[in-house]
Amino acid sequence: MAADSIQQTIEAVYQTESRRVLATLIRLLGDFDHAEEALHDAFRAALEQWPRDGVPANPRAWLVSAGRFKAIDAARRRKRFDSLDEAGEKADVGVWDTAAWADEESVEDDRLRLIFTCCHPALAPDAQVALTLREVCGLTTEEIAQAFLTPAPTLAQRIVRAKGKIRDARIPYEVPARADLPERLDAVLRVIYLVFNEGYAASSGERVTRHDVSGEAIRVGRLLIELLPEPEAQGLLAMMLLHDSRRAARTSPSGDVVLLDDQDRSLWNRDQIAEGSRLVQQALSSGRGGPYAIQAAIAAVHAEAADATATDWSEIVGLYDVLMGMTPSPIIELNRAVAVAMRDGPEAGLAIIDRILARGELRDYRLAHAARAELCRRLGRTSEARASFKRALALTKQEPERRLLERRLGELST
Amino acid sequence: MKYLCLVYMEKDKLHAVPDSECLACGNGFRQSGLLVAAEALQPVETATTVRVRNGKVAITDGPFAETKEQLAGFYLVEARDLNEALQIAAKIPPAREGSVEVRPVRELTP
Repeated sequence: MAADSIQQTIEAVYQTESRRVLATLIRLLGDFDHAEEALHDAFRAALEQWPRDGVPANPRAWLVSAGRFKAIDAARRRKRFDSLDEAGEKADVGVWDTAAWADEESVEDDRLRLIFTCCHPALAPDAQVALTLREVCGLTTEEIAQAFLTPAPTLAQRIVRAKGKIRDARIPYEVPARADLPERLDAVLRVIYLVFNEGYAASSGERVTRHDVSGEAIRVGRLLIELLPEPEAQGLLAMMLLHDSRRAARTSPSGDVVLLDDQDRSLWNRDQIAEGSRLVQQALSSGRGGPYAIQAAIAAVHAEAADATATDWSEIVGLYDVLMGMTPSPIIELNRAVAVAMRDGPEAGLAIIDRILARGELRDYRLAHAARAELCRRLGRTSEARASFKRALALTKQEPERRLLERRLGELST
Repeated sequence: MKYLCLVYMEKDKLHAVPDSECLACGNGFRQSGLLVAAEALQPVETATTVRVRNGKVAITDGPFAETKEQLAGFYLVEARDLNEALQIAAKIPPAREGSVEVRPVRELTP
């Protein structure tokens, strides 16, 4: 009975502390693989010793210390076989580095070091995503592979290669200097956003068994603003929370897509909306809010409205104007056009979409044609609507989206 | 006149020639006053490419892959870590027009 409860304690400590311990061990040992091995050894030692000696007062410090000594042992063993083993020398240096690892501040810094290292721009973008999920979130290779619909060996290879590059090209384990911080933070935010989107898009499909990577992205987003409360990090977390708040309303019980206008807003998660809206306020009031904060603000305006017609479309058009000023893109222009259609009527929106399509940039973008079809339908221009729905259908690859478009096409009066 | 001698190898053959032989060759050239600098490189997987466009530094994983570009020169620099090496690379003027591939040197084992 007592042994059982200690087992549970160790599992709970693993959940809350293993990533922190790993982040610190990477710094102390100077190598991802040695640190992972040391982490396993430390928990194996805890399973042996804690039931006998009791749970230590500071489990985290105990685990870091145990992991470090196990790593030194392992390095000595390696050294016996190969007297020139570099890792052995590195670990030995660590022995004398006594007080450096225990205090709260350096441990928290280690978590930031880990995030910035996993999201280093010298690593391939897909490797940054995989490494962040593996090292920062602690997902297994199999879980990540499943979430990204990638064969596990391919994903494992990607992670091995990234760790090899960190070691051989000597990517430093550090929080970037102030001058580099904005750009490096952008890279971290991009990785979190990619992870979130992967999970968000997946949740609309049949692939319900995929790991909830959106939840992981939100967790890393939370961790990041806890460690580094920058406005854009707040903006990204706010945006993720506000989008995720609609999760339950986004799909029908049969797995079909429900568009924003048709969603049952009573299903929206009010806690996430409250937290997201508060973060948007903070990010914008700093005066340094960027594209993520603005996109979050747009999501917050939607969240405040009781239904689509009660939405403050003028506010949304205004926010899209600000966003266009920061990062001009035809996709933002398209979203703005849809908001303009809601504010000024379908004709005004359609004119903008036709201008964008005439430039050719979004010619093969399915949502541009779907939006055009929708506005034509509202204007009673049925044959144009049908042609645009068909164009969108030809371009779509997602099953639930295909069903939605076919349904809309079928609803057009002949 | 100085000449740059570039060594090309298939990936599988990277270790076909023993390091000790390369070290001996380098030492021999050095003693004869022929050698300016010689280094072995880490495999291409460790490469990072730096470009500067409109004053903005763009960093990407991997070697440069533009077949129109040709090897136009080299800088052998001493840097604390990859971050410092990338900062130096971004200051090399041709980074504005072409690409600078940054590859760590591999220490030969005697």
